[in-house]
Amino acid sequence: MPLEYPKETPAQTAGPFVHIGAMPRIAGFTCFDVELGQQIAGPDVPGERIVIEGQILDGTGTPCRDTMVEVWQADDQGRYAHPEDPRGAEVADGFTGFGRAHTDFDTGLFRFETIKPGIVPGRHGRDQAPHVSFWIVARGINIGLHTRMYFPEDNTSTDPVLSMIEQPHRRDTLIAERTADGQYRFDIRLQGDRETVFLDV
Amino acid sequence: MTAEYFQRDRRWHPPALTPDYKTSVARSPSLPLLSIENSLSEITGPTFSHAALGGLDNDLILNFTGEPAIGERTVVHGRVTDETGRPVKGALLEVWQANAGGRYRHVKDGYLAPLDPNFGGCGRCLTDEDGFYVFRTVKPGAYPFRNYSNSWRMAHIHFSIFGAGLTQRLITQMYFEGDPLRDQDPIAQTIPDPAALDRLVAPLDLNASVPLDSLAYRFDIVLRGRRQTVFENKLEGA
Repeated sequence: MPLEYPKETPAQTAGPFVHIGAMPRIAGFTCFDVELGQQIAGPDVPGERIVIEGQILDGTGTPCRDTMVEVWQADDQGRYAHPEDPRGAEVADGFTGFGRAHTDFDTGLFRFETIKPGIVPGRHGRDQAPHVSFWIVARGINIGLHTRMYFPEDNTSTDPVLSMIEQPHRRDTLIAERTADGQYRFDIRLQGDRETVFLDV
Repeated sequence: MTAEYFQRDRRWHPPALTPDYKTSVARSPSLPLLSIENSLSEITGPTFSHAALGGLDNDLILNFTGEPAIGERTVVHGRVTDETGRPVKGALLEVWQANAGGRYRHVKDGYLAPLDPNFGGCGRCLTDEDGFYVFRTVKPGAYPFRNYSNSWRMAHIHFSIFGAGLTQRLITQMYFEGDPLRDQDPIAQTIPDPAALDRLVAPLDLNASVPLDSLAYRFDIVLRGRRQTVFENKLEGA
């Protein structure tokens, strides 16, 4: 008999009504006193204030308007608000690093107000360029899609994840466009022309 | 502990492209995923405390108006462990579901079955020290959806789970033992291995039912396991 471990619970799509459980306000009602993921970095958290906006486009180029987008990021010193980050206890009060947004029912736009993350330590002493981790779920997506957003003004040439992408032009799908000071546009293409690189983490 | 998580078995999970579930056709990446080794960015993830949760957050029968919802009163409980069998404590579970008639309280649900004025359909809780969780709700009804002209969803409760790190993030659905729609439901059938789908089907748990009050179903959840750090792997850097 082969050695067996208990298998992970299989994923299923979040469906079209994910907002009910995650952001009931978007579904049209209130249920919880506090909706989670609404503040990534409170007003007293140090760092450069930025806004990230974008759309999730399907294989026909149509914006998905029923999607939930979650982000996870480090603070401006590259520290995660998590007990397994050696510097996790040093993050400022009000910094969660976690954000949750939905794509607008009309425009398909999502929006995060946050701070720009710092350089994060990588494996074997190789630093990772500043990045924001994205997780996308929606109707039609059977298992949540992981990706990352990088910033165009940073040196991303030595980033260990970007360097692994075999086709150089595909690395650009993970780099946001800077549209104004502190404003970034990050569109995610699920399929086809300029398809975003998705990660198996 | 800063060890790596076990690789996800993507032949056990549903693939991205499952044409019988039509929406997946235009929403599935056509190129392979880029597999990366875990770094601090993946082994960390959002954490939550009881301070953010309300007292009735895990009671869907009462948490919308305080008056009881209509339907089959049901306790849903279980344990969250990882692939090594260890409990996952402090995991945030969020659930959402339709009411007893299969109607969601959502501005975009136009199904003709009526809303229940006392049912919201949302709940959440944290697992305890041993990984256990419990919700109380009404059993959701089946409902039709636009796929084939006569496609119906099995009765289900959506579950969102935050484990210890981003690697364990998972959204799935719980089904109920004995549901005759199982073999017809194009979403349940996105899972290739019937043994994997079995894992989403919660058995009736009479021992956990509340006599003269509520039936109970048991739904255990397994998140990804992780290596022991006997040998150094320099995950955090030098």
